[in-house]
Amino acid sequence: MDFKLTEKQKALKREFDQFFEEVMKDAPPEYGRGGLEGVYATPEGFEFHLQVSKKLGEKGWLSRAWPKECGGEGAPLIEQLLFNESRESHRAPGVDLFGHGMFAPTLIIAANDEQKERLLTPLAKGKVSYCQGWSEPDSGSDLASLQTTAIKDGDNYIINGQKIWTTGGHRAECMFLLARTNPEEKRGKGLSVFHLRMDLPGITVRPILYMDGKHLYNEVFFKDVKIPAKDLIGTENEGWKLTRDTMNFERSGVGFFVEGREDLKELVDYVKTTKRNGKYLAEDPIIRQKIAKLFIDLEVGYTLAYKIAWLQGKGGLSFAASAASEAKVFGSELAERIANYATEIMGLYGQLSDSKWAPMNGSMVESYQFCMGITVAAGSSEIQRNIIAWTGLGLPRF
Amino acid sequence: MDLSFSSEQEILRKSVAEFLSKECSYEKVKEIEESAEGYSPKLWKKIAQLGWLEIILPEEFGGFGDPFINLIIIMEEIGKAAFPSPFFSTVVQSGLTILEGGSTAQKKDLLGKIVDGKLLMALAQYEQEASYLETGINLSAKLSGDDYILNGTKMFVIDANIADKLIVAAREDKGITLFLVDAGAKGIKCTKMPTIGMDNNCEVIFDNVKVSKADLIGEPGNGWKILQKAEAKIIVAKCGEMVGGCKASLDMTAAYAKERKQYGVPIGLFQVIQHYMSNMLLAYDTSVNYLYKVAWMIDENEDVTKEASALKAQVNEKYKFISERGVQIHGGVGTSREFDIGLFYRRAKAYEYVAGDSDYHYEKIAAALM
Ligand SMILES: Cc1cc2nc3c(=O)[nH]c(=O)nc-3n(C[C@H](O)[C@H](O)[C@H](O)COP(=O)(O)OP(=O)(O)OC[C@H]3O[C@@H](n4cnc5c(N)ncnc54)[C@H](O)[C@@H]3O)c2cc1C
Repeated sequence: MDFKLTEKQKALKREFDQFFEEVMKDAPPEYGRGGLEGVYATPEGFEFHLQVSKKLGEKGWLSRAWPKECGGEGAPLIEQLLFNESRESHRAPGVDLFGHGMFAPTLIIAANDEQKERLLTPLAKGKVSYCQGWSEPDSGSDLASLQTTAIKDGDNYIINGQKIWTTGGHRAECMFLLARTNPEEKRGKGLSVFHLRMDLPGITVRPILYMDGKHLYNEVFFKDVKIPAKDLIGTENEGWKLTRDTMNFERSGVGFFVEGREDLKELVDYVKTTKRNGKYLAEDPIIRQKIAKLFIDLEVGYTLAYKIAWLQGKGGLSFAASAASEAKVFGSELAERIANYATEIMGLYGQLSDSKWAPMNGSMVESYQFCMGITVAAGSSEIQRNIIAWTGLGLPRF
Repeated sequence: MDLSFSSEQEILRKSVAEFLSKECSYEKVKEIEESAEGYSPKLWKKIAQLGWLEIILPEEFGGFGDPFINLIIIMEEIGKAAFPSPFFSTVVQSGLTILEGGSTAQKKDLLGKIVDGKLLMALAQYEQEASYLETGINLSAKLSGDDYILNGTKMFVIDANIADKLIVAAREDKGITLFLVDAGAKGIKCTKMPTIGMDNNCEVIFDNVKVSKADLIGEPGNGWKILQKAEAKIIVAKCGEMVGGCKASLDMTAAYAKERKQYGVPIGLFQVIQHYMSNMLLAYDTSVNYLYKVAWMIDENEDVTKEASALKAQVNEKYKFISERGVQIHGGVGTSREFDIGLFYRRAKAYEYVAGDSDYHYEKIAAALM
């Protein structure tokens, strides 16, 4: 057994770190601490994200892990993990969670050559942004019940229906859509994946505000939206299987733990420099224990993420499904714990949103609200736990 | 033993609940939250007319001599409605402090005006260090002729931006002393701070503010004693509001779990959701019954120092727990501003700090026991 990185991997990590350190010097204040809020809540934040994306595209880093025949370098998954780790520890944007994180892998698995050339190239260059059109008002956890239709009409498909919670739908240029191509079929049968542009006639985007008032996600309405048949990805009516494969791509969850480490560093600085009742907060045994507990969770979580990446690298995408669900549950719930402990430790200051008075720029109280989105989105904690029980433990399914 | 409410109390609860649901929907709550004043002067006038503000007024000053538990009833309903108003700052924090330490003339004058809805007040205790302790009060008060001169900064003063008068805890030669200060006095600068509660938490800077020697609440040096005595009641009242918030979170989540379908069944059929909700109900029931017990002890004139602390620490944790599970069970809609559970999730965090956080109260309990 050997946990060590090779010299090559270490050098690579240093190169990533240097790049992101440099790039983050240009971050506008609106970008805040990044994440979905930094990227999508303001035009300035999104613009910054696009700039970084282009720079990453020039370096060829957006497509490093793609197979050579898709224009990538076929870099091993562990290097992808190092890249993600470096980017997330700098809280840097540039990688489109939906475009690079989900749609590119879908294209790699299922697109034809023409589509690979036409759709993967702009993704590799960081020149296009995507949103994810999956959830519907009546189909959240039970995604396979979705009802938006895409009906073949000559050389086109005609789309009707509604998506919801579409993060970045108000900013992204394109969407990848999951819709029902065969309305006779139920659930996972008769679904297909499409690429489409968000400026097509018949598409309406309506904002939904997050509980803190920020604009991240949207409702998207489709009324007789016409898209060319060449934008069907993969086989018609086989979209559900493809979607499940997409869900299983790089799911080490390393981002949770490296971001959490950065939070903890700042929190430690804060308690070391802040006095209450004549003593530094860092001297308070209760605060010391809370911080120590967070450290433990971050250590074990980070180590689990590496194990998952290693497993995935060895055995393919779905090999580590249970462990990946464990990382999602643990990482997202840990983010909640960090935010709660941090805002408790800050005392009365813990309630302050970003302002001159707020410790850590109000990031912890912001996170206290945003973390709830993470335990719900992309497979809720409950759904992840079901998966862990079924695939990790072999418990019966009902 | 009789653990029921009287029919008058049931009527009081019903009338408060009906008024708030009619006049201040959750939509309206969100609108008020986003306003600079953070309250509705129109609704304030109406609740003054309805007599809610008289709830703490002793008979000798023209009140009905309501028991303390009646205040709890109102606070619970305010909590359920997430009603943003200066009721807590003015009636509870300031009113109870005046009752504890004010002169007869002050009680008559100030409480009279509060009851009529003509006076808003705020209690300025905490400072930059954010300490809940006596040593945390360092704003200075220096005697100069017939006046005191106040210098320093108060933080987290709830509703200072709309208050007419402030009760300011300051350090005088003899110790902590409470001053009655016009919010518009020369040298006062008040700024509202943005918070998760979207409430009126303010920074108030005192730059050579002159206060007449006559405008003290209590004697020089006995301010901390007054604050401590009032604190127990203030805590229990705030817990009433928080427990009301727990109840609203619980009810709206249960309703949602019955109605929202996934996989062809109501999500409330999933056992994990049932267990979450059972734990939420357990958290609520243990809190609400203890709330009534401690409120009753206050009516019996018992010392509730450690019980009030136990209650606040309990309710701090349970309100967060119930509202957090509430959001989770709502799924995506729970995270949005359009749905209402988020109102309670944000308030649970905000109220955790009001009149002492959990660590402060754990220590008070331990100090009382050991
Ligand atoms: C911040 C945020 C961003 C999002 N971004 C996107 C996006 O870009 N694109 C997109 O398509 N979607 C997006 N979503 C939607 C997200 O995928 C859904 O919210 C999620 O799938 C849950 O669905 P739902 O909200 O309908 O909740 P529901 O499925 O109605 O779930 C409600 C509750 O029931 C529980 N539950 C449901 N089924 C079961 C079960 N079988 N067993 C036990 N418990 C169960 C859930 O865990 C949850 O607690 C986003 C959501 C959030 C919060």
